[in-house]
Amino acid sequence: MKRTAPMWVIAENRSRGDRTMATLTRPPLPSADKRWMIVQGTMRKHGYSRNALIETLHTVQQSFGFLDKDAIRFVAASLQIPPSQAYGVATFYHLFQLRPPGRHTCQICLGTACYINGAERLMGHAEKQLGIQAGETTPDGEVSLLSVRCVGSCSFAPVAIFDEQVHSYSKVDGLDAQLKAWMKP
Amino acid sequence: MTATPAVKTFVIDGVDASARSEQTILSAAREHNIFIPTLCHLEGLSDVGACRLCLVEVKGARRLLPACTTRVEEGMEITCNSPRIAAYRQMTLQLLFAERNHVCAVCLANRHCELQSLATSLGMTHVEIPYRFPSLSVDISHERFTLDHNRCILCTRCIRVCSEIEGAHTWDLMGRGIQSRVITDLDQPWGESDTCTSCGKCVQVCPTGALFQKNRTGGQCCKDPSFLPYLRTMREEP
Repeated sequence: MKRTAPMWVIAENRSRGDRTMATLTRPPLPSADKRWMIVQGTMRKHGYSRNALIETLHTVQQSFGFLDKDAIRFVAASLQIPPSQAYGVATFYHLFQLRPPGRHTCQICLGTACYINGAERLMGHAEKQLGIQAGETTPDGEVSLLSVRCVGSCSFAPVAIFDEQVHSYSKVDGLDAQLKAWMKP
Repeated sequence: MTATPAVKTFVIDGVDASARSEQTILSAAREHNIFIPTLCHLEGLSDVGACRLCLVEVKGARRLLPACTTRVEEGMEITCNSPRIAAYRQMTLQLLFAERNHVCAVCLANRHCELQSLATSLGMTHVEIPYRFPSLSVDISHERFTLDHNRCILCTRCIRVCSEIEGAHTWDLMGRGIQSRVITDLDQPWGESDTCTSCGKCVQVCPTGALFQKNRTGGQCCKDPSFLPYLRTMREEP
């Protein structure tokens, strides 16, 4: 008796050119949101092949700002990847965010040059001031605090990035002022 | 006409030996009755080299190599047991203990645990590295089984058996580094998993008390993964 191959084995065969199982039904779009069409476009461009997972997750993040469980479930089902594997990939890479970003983002570089110039003190202050850990967003959704590894401006260390705006030779005072300005209602 | 398998000859612990070219150092060593400790390796599953306990010295290689994922090569000189390797294995074992909350006295798998028995057989008397004591959860949402992250050593046996043998791929690993955890589906409670077939293979292959059956008291938590090679053989395509 020939056992039925699991879903992703079928998908693997298909990406190798075995077209017999190509007519598997794909999941419907999670909502009427037009952005799902963009996500679907990326998958179609890659022929719904399994190795389009990271590329597709990038598209989701660009379109929605973060990856929620529905998005991961949809992408995994479309590419016939086990949901746990897709979730593993999404949590492995720091670039993927699983929670919606805050209105403002404060990124502090913890690369080597910034670190020896006191970036850790900056991060410690920001964490204390906002009451959250690096990688989290304040409960009111105002500020996301992120740690980054080297932004390529080591000569300006320590570097902090406030909403895309790079601040060189950051000091605790400057950081404090910026965070206070954002935290005001 | 069948191609004759290439045979490689090599020296293992000072003994001249031979093995088929596709064999790993580990399987060759076991054929020659040479002891190499393993945790993540399991007969019937693929090898990933996750636990680093099977490290061996190969002459000419600059670092120690995992025996379970290194294939034998012609003229290799392999050392499986030396003071240096023994020290590395002790260290690896201690790191495994210190990483999570391995407290044998209150563990259900006490006396039926591969980690514990390895520590005994390798003569580990105490852990010199301070325990991290991370705060980890226990998932009791499944009706028959329990997942205790405190005892997990991330050997990924459960992930591999679920994917390769059961074909459900309910388990996987999330995060990276010290944050890594085994998850079911989208990091949801095990009992709410859509893909889990409740077959219990993951429980049988778990080397520690991370996965166990409910309604068992200490000492009844025996694991029997001997069904694996049989299943693998029976499921091979004709």
